[in-house]
Amino acid sequence: MTEVLVEKHVLEYPGGYTRSVGPVIGRFLTGLRDGRIEGVRGSDGKVLVPPTEYDPYTAQATGEFVEVGPCGVVTAWTWVAQPRVDKQPLDHPFGWALIRLDGADTSMLHAVAVDGPDALSVGLRVQPRWRTERIGSIRDIEAFVPEGSEPLVIPEPAPDAEPVTGIVTPTRLEYEINAGTAPSKYLLGLAQGKMIGQRAVGSDQVYLPPRGSDPTSGEATEIEVEVADVGTVTTYCVVNVPGLSETSPEIPYVCAQILLDGANTPWFGLIQGLAADEVRMGLRVKAIWADVLVANAASVKWFEPNGEPDAPYESYREYA
Amino acid sequence: MRDVAVIAFAQDIAEHDRERNEVEFVIPVVRDAIAQSGIDRHDIGFTVSGSCDYLSGGPFTFVQGLDAVGAWPPIKESHLEMDAAWALYEAWVAIQVGDVDSALIYGFGKSSLGDVHEIFNLQNDPYSVMPLWPSTVDLAALQACAAIAANVTNEREMAEIAARDRRAALANLHAIAGRDVSADVLLGEPVTHAPLRDADIAPITDGAAAIVIAAAEIANHACERPAWIRGIEHRIEPQSMGVRDLTRSESTRLAAIAADVGGGPIDVAELHTQFSHEEPILRVALGLGPETEVNPSGGPLGANPIMSSGLIRIGEVASRIHSGSVHRGVAHATQGPCLQQNLVCVLEGERN
Repeated sequence: MTEVLVEKHVLEYPGGYTRSVGPVIGRFLTGLRDGRIEGVRGSDGKVLVPPTEYDPYTAQATGEFVEVGPCGVVTAWTWVAQPRVDKQPLDHPFGWALIRLDGADTSMLHAVAVDGPDALSVGLRVQPRWRTERIGSIRDIEAFVPEGSEPLVIPEPAPDAEPVTGIVTPTRLEYEINAGTAPSKYLLGLAQGKMIGQRAVGSDQVYLPPRGSDPTSGEATEIEVEVADVGTVTTYCVVNVPGLSETSPEIPYVCAQILLDGANTPWFGLIQGLAADEVRMGLRVKAIWADVLVANAASVKWFEPNGEPDAPYESYREYA
Repeated sequence: MRDVAVIAFAQDIAEHDRERNEVEFVIPVVRDAIAQSGIDRHDIGFTVSGSCDYLSGGPFTFVQGLDAVGAWPPIKESHLEMDAAWALYEAWVAIQVGDVDSALIYGFGKSSLGDVHEIFNLQNDPYSVMPLWPSTVDLAALQACAAIAANVTNEREMAEIAARDRRAALANLHAIAGRDVSADVLLGEPVTHAPLRDADIAPITDGAAAIVIAAAEIANHACERPAWIRGIEHRIEPQSMGVRDLTRSESTRLAAIAADVGGGPIDVAELHTQFSHEEPILRVALGLGPETEVNPSGGPLGANPIMSSGLIRIGEVASRIHSGSVHRGVAHATQGPCLQQNLVCVLEGERN
């Protein structure tokens, strides 16, 4: 069994996505900031909370705004024994409920803060617990609590505050990605200073890096092929835009597609050791390995000319 | 309408595939399905897949799935960010239109890489639901609560469904959560997401599946007993759960009418029930009676590879028709929170 490499991976847009909210949801969120819950009248006269711009059943534009609640009734509930503390509204076990606010004809999802699931039931009357700091978000309500279980505090609207026109939604998802068998062999090769590609039975096409299949035929690439760390520049790009990272090379620098001898797919790398305007198609280059080899592409610092005469165009035309 | 049949079905399922990447486990199912179909891969008219990039958190990872298919010379291809049952629908439409006579459909995904129940919060309303981060299981539990409150089901019936599916999964080589268990035993187990117990919830599953469908000219030669698609339809409901009546599935009911589920006896139903309480809701919507065997494969409670689990329902019904063990069956697939979108496919053995 091949050692398969596993890496932590985070999918996150720093700062969160910003969304404009439009006139209807904007008014709903403005209301929440001001301590007020508003729905909207649908085309059949029913009051939708949260409000939508269009009636979800008829697609007609919705009508007048209607203040609802602040109390309501639980129409369905569940219990969260292990909250996702970095994401969900409460950091201790809590209930979720669909809550039909007084005056509304639809139910709204929110958290209910109670000691345990025994305190929850369909038909339970609840009231909102507002946050002190409100920004125009569904989370301006910290949670709902059983009606009368604590004083119902209706916040005072902030004077002269502008309507809410947008929200920021932070999103962070964490993964443990495994590279799979073929890429792991390739990556472990890099950690030993080797370029290990693969090809399928019956094909002479060597893929580097390998993904596990020959993408032209869909056949598994079961044969490992070590290719040279010397190759030919098939095409290149002179970069004049400075990189954001501290380790970015000084501009201008050249990145290139390099067809390593023995491989049939070009490898992406930096070219150093000559002026940017001297880099050309057909240039023969060799890999300059890092002092400390690791199981990723950082093992190759860059490529430099190896002194051989340029390769004739015919030898790499297919790859350019 | 052209007669179109499912002629090949393959699946590859694991609880947590720690060795292979997505391409590496799609290769064998695609190979297997094409080999069963007897069609040269260059003669497959259309290739269409279903997957979700958020499962691995990489942009455009679905494109890499194509490496398992062999896209040279260039092929006619499409992809859906949906369960591959919807990819099969697209392929069926392409054959109806007459563009092509055969199609390869595949779905794949690794649910084990991230927190799959959290990931699907990203499909919720971004203003009023997503900022609260309810999980898929949380929302399903709310639907279960509503269904119990409306007497559509009860905890005992849910336990009986869960026990039946887990037992059936024991006999399915591709299932991962088989268990010789009774409803009474399950009712003694802790409620983890009230009113759901762990046995009511589909297991985290990695996997892929592939199907080949073909028009009659090809299907009659390729397959001794083609599984003819007699009706297929899908319908969607409003996104907001608070707007919908969670105790019934109107979209399934309408899709079932359009697919003519009631046009004859249904021997077998494979339902995309990722939670036990969904079965009673779907039985009513599909109009299934006690004569219909439900989820003999163990269903999603036995193995639930997200993005191919719905396609597998079609494959499981088709393979029973291929073997001659049933004559007419219905497959169901779902997408979205709390059965928001539903696809119904009626499959039948011999031609009329």
